[in-house]
Amino acid sequence: MKYAYFPGCALKSSAIEYDMSTQAVAGKLGIELLEIEDWICCGATPAHLTLHLLSLALPVKNLLKAQKEKLEVVTCCAACFNRLKVANHFMQTDEEHRVKVNTIVHANYHGDVAVKHLLEVLINDYGLENIAKAVVKKLENLKVASYYGCLLIRPPEIMKFDDPEDPHAIDDLMKVLGAEAINWPYKHECCGASFSIARTDIVLRLTNDVLRMAKEAGAEMVVVACPLCHSNLDMRQMDITQKYHKCYALPILYFTQILGLALGIEPKKLGLDKHFVDPMKLLKKKGII
Amino acid sequence: MKWFVSHQTLSSDFLKEVEWISGETFSHCYQCGKCSAGCPISFEMDYLPNQIIRMVQLGMKEAVLQSKTIWLCVSCITCTTRCPRNIDIAEIMDALRRMAYKYKIRAAEHDIFIFNHVFIKNIEWFSRLYEFGLIGSFNLFNGKLFKDILKGPQMFLKGKLSLLPHKMRSKEVEELFKKSRELAGTK
Repeated sequence: MKYAYFPGCALKSSAIEYDMSTQAVAGKLGIELLEIEDWICCGATPAHLTLHLLSLALPVKNLLKAQKEKLEVVTCCAACFNRLKVANHFMQTDEEHRVKVNTIVHANYHGDVAVKHLLEVLINDYGLENIAKAVVKKLENLKVASYYGCLLIRPPEIMKFDDPEDPHAIDDLMKVLGAEAINWPYKHECCGASFSIARTDIVLRLTNDVLRMAKEAGAEMVVVACPLCHSNLDMRQMDITQKYHKCYALPILYFTQILGLALGIEPKKLGLDKHFVDPMKLLKKKGII
Repeated sequence: MKWFVSHQTLSSDFLKEVEWISGETFSHCYQCGKCSAGCPISFEMDYLPNQIIRMVQLGMKEAVLQSKTIWLCVSCITCTTRCPRNIDIAEIMDALRRMAYKYKIRAAEHDIFIFNHVFIKNIEWFSRLYEFGLIGSFNLFNGKLFKDILKGPQMFLKGKLSLLPHKMRSKEVEELFKKSRELAGTK
């Protein structure tokens, strides 16, 4: 299994533990991730708010590089996943945009490079049964709230990944690892995304609601698949505590980190020491490490 | 006399322009309010998403482009997912932001506008997001030099913040930006 890997900017910087754990897990499972050479930023949200053509050209430029390698693209960042898929959608269905973007990137691209999220690769390509066989440490008695965020599953016509109102991909993976995936109502409520810097107050309000709901539903940990969701729930958890006078002490982990633990990979390789809300105490208590 | 909301009864240059830029048909909206009900930022908006749609239908250009709403939309795409008339409200918000940009209307949420601008400039210069540069320049433009200042060292010590950019300006990215701006004149 070989894929062209598009890490995106966050995974090489503020979400480095997501990249570390992805590489560690892929290595353990025998999934080859070939990082796209000289990849550039996908534009994320700011691009499509300002320059529509740019927001399509940036992802297409990256997809062209993968096309050269004749590989499917896999990414972990929800925003990158969304932008790559949206770019493909426009290149496939909208002739006017296809012509303009192809003019910008000097190519004749028709949106045919397949783009997958790592969750899809694990669940569909690798198979949950095979992951179950590779598990060496069952994560018993661990109550996990799977948090999907927005861009991973919306808009459903383009993303074609999981149910947009009742997603279950991360929950399915957690169950296979032996954890208890709790049912809770805020699994895809927005965390405030890119407002983390410009309107931190909004992010704190939204993430406070998410954490409160997770805690009330009995979660001991929240598992995410997006670097911005992680940052807002983890890096800003202390700010939430200061503003709302509520201490949640909920560790926020990437699904790759939790998977890595179940596969027997050591915590340091998974970047578990890089979180603001320390997960080690909980993991030790549960006998996972 | 019966009166229906349709392309015949509601028509203004503003409505026509928004429809052309967004590719959406505004007369389809029957004001069910599902978009506003699901919007996570509705609490902070001056006009709810469904009100913005109605205002566009009525040709209220200044009120719409000067609203806080269009900038507070966080692109979570919940509205688009839930609209029973398949209207892409998130795309409409994008189109309205681009129009505000085009008509040089001062963004009601100036911080958000600055952030987007700084982000785009950052990737234009560094090909990949240079986070330290992003936060530094945003704080500088914003005048809030010490916002999140304690986070910086913490991130750096955890190896999550690089003091230098990973990549530098490339001809490839420069070309991309230049051509996108040139062709954008048409839409």
